[in-house]
Amino acid sequence: MDESWTLVNINRLIMKKIKNYIKTFLLWELWQGLSVTLRNFFRPSTTIQYPEEKTPQSSRFRGLHALRRYPNGEERCIACKLCEAVCPALAITIESEVADDGTRRASRYDIDLFKCIYCGFCEEACPVDAIVETRIHEYHMEAPGENIMTKDKLLAIGDKFDNLITKDKAADAKYR
Amino acid sequence: MPLYLQNLVIITTQILAVTICVILTVAFTTYFERKVIGYMQGRIGPNRVGIKGLGQPFADVIKLLIKEVVIPSRSNRYLFVIAPLLSLIPALATWAVIPLTDGFVIADINAGLLYVLALTSVGVYGVLLAGWATNSKYAFLGAMRCAAQIVAYEIAMGFALVGVLMASGSLNLGEIIASQSGGFSQWFIIPLFPLFMVYFISGVAETNRAPFDVAEGESEIVAGFHVEYSGVAFAVFFLAEYANIILIAALTSIFFLAGWSSPFEGWVFLGEGNLLREPSFFWLAVKICFFIFVFFWIRATFPRYRYDQIMRLGWKIFIPVTIVWIAVEGVMVWMKVGPWSI
Repeated sequence: MDESWTLVNINRLIMKKIKNYIKTFLLWELWQGLSVTLRNFFRPSTTIQYPEEKTPQSSRFRGLHALRRYPNGEERCIACKLCEAVCPALAITIESEVADDGTRRASRYDIDLFKCIYCGFCEEACPVDAIVETRIHEYHMEAPGENIMTKDKLLAIGDKFDNLITKDKAADAKYR
Repeated sequence: MPLYLQNLVIITTQILAVTICVILTVAFTTYFERKVIGYMQGRIGPNRVGIKGLGQPFADVIKLLIKEVVIPSRSNRYLFVIAPLLSLIPALATWAVIPLTDGFVIADINAGLLYVLALTSVGVYGVLLAGWATNSKYAFLGAMRCAAQIVAYEIAMGFALVGVLMASGSLNLGEIIASQSGGFSQWFIIPLFPLFMVYFISGVAETNRAPFDVAEGESEIVAGFHVEYSGVAFAVFFLAEYANIILIAALTSIFFLAGWSSPFEGWVFLGEGNLLREPSFFWLAVKICFFIFVFFWIRATFPRYRYDQIMRLGWKIFIPVTIVWIAVEGVMVWMKVGPWSI
């Protein structure tokens, strides 16, 4: 638009100024703001009351770890140390030995939950689907040292939530 | 029992009743505020203590009562302790002249409006002394800001009330209400709308509420004047702030919305003896609740003013606007146009 100092332009500028002045005194923009908050006042709130209500959770949720067994009760883990190698946070420590039946087994399988970043690489790397991340996310530690998940603890979680883990893995299997 | 003793007992009872009612209202006002602001932000506010969270104010009070009052070693101990009381007492004392319903007022004095102005001005001393006595730079900054702000807005507030005075012709709050009787059309909010806006916004500024809460300014100067207060001392400041909100809401409804009188006064088709037509405490309560809601609505909507903007609004806009409207009103009264008759 032509911004030269013609009479028409000056006139328009003056009109704009007067209009702004009136708008300011009528608190026009303040009323607009108030109407926004008032509209939100009558809208339903989006709060989810956590312990009683929960947000939907994916079957791929990466929470607390677990070690799984075969249906016959045999441990899946063969101490190949692929998860230890792939772990970006160096949270996994594995020592292996030869078990009584001559197979290779982990004598120690520790995950430091303080180091773990819950990336899920261990689960990806595992050739026998032994280490998995469950959808459990409500856990806590009460004493120093409880952050180290030993093999026994991991196996116990795997036993306790076997149904859940199996179901989640089955749900995800077709996308792998 | 001699008459003066009877009077003493009656008046003490009235004072106690009003004070306790105000304090209880304050308790539920805090709950109301958190609910209103919560809903405006898509939350639900407190809902855990008691039914629908109604026990929350009491839980808060008990928490504050059992907390320790820390008195900073470099502070002025005496002033530090009395400062909260100095801000609470005027807020409660002002209720003496406020007519709660037709015929119920503790002190029916002729200079009621002057008393109100005087006491609301005294309230700022609590804030000032708190900021000074704490001996901390944040508290001191808060007190300085508060002082400058109160000076600016007190004038605009006073001028707005001059307009009410001219319209009603009386300083007695009961008579101010009486001069607005006759239903909604007689209320001063209609002819004095600019003064009403100025008065209410100045009231928000006087109580140091958002968006004028630079005296607290928690994102700039921690908590302003009450930065070192804890426990009961803080609770008293808190009480004073909310008592002031209720007070400003009550005063606004008395000066501009005719206090306890009904908006439907003289509406014949409502029928004779219809309670909606009768003046009662209910109408005052409704108006007070509405203005308290507006306080919280404003708080949920506007960001804090910059300090120089507050000064500009107070000195360069409100005071000229009120003066102009007083002049206009003077001419209207003189020419005998308008709803009032003097």
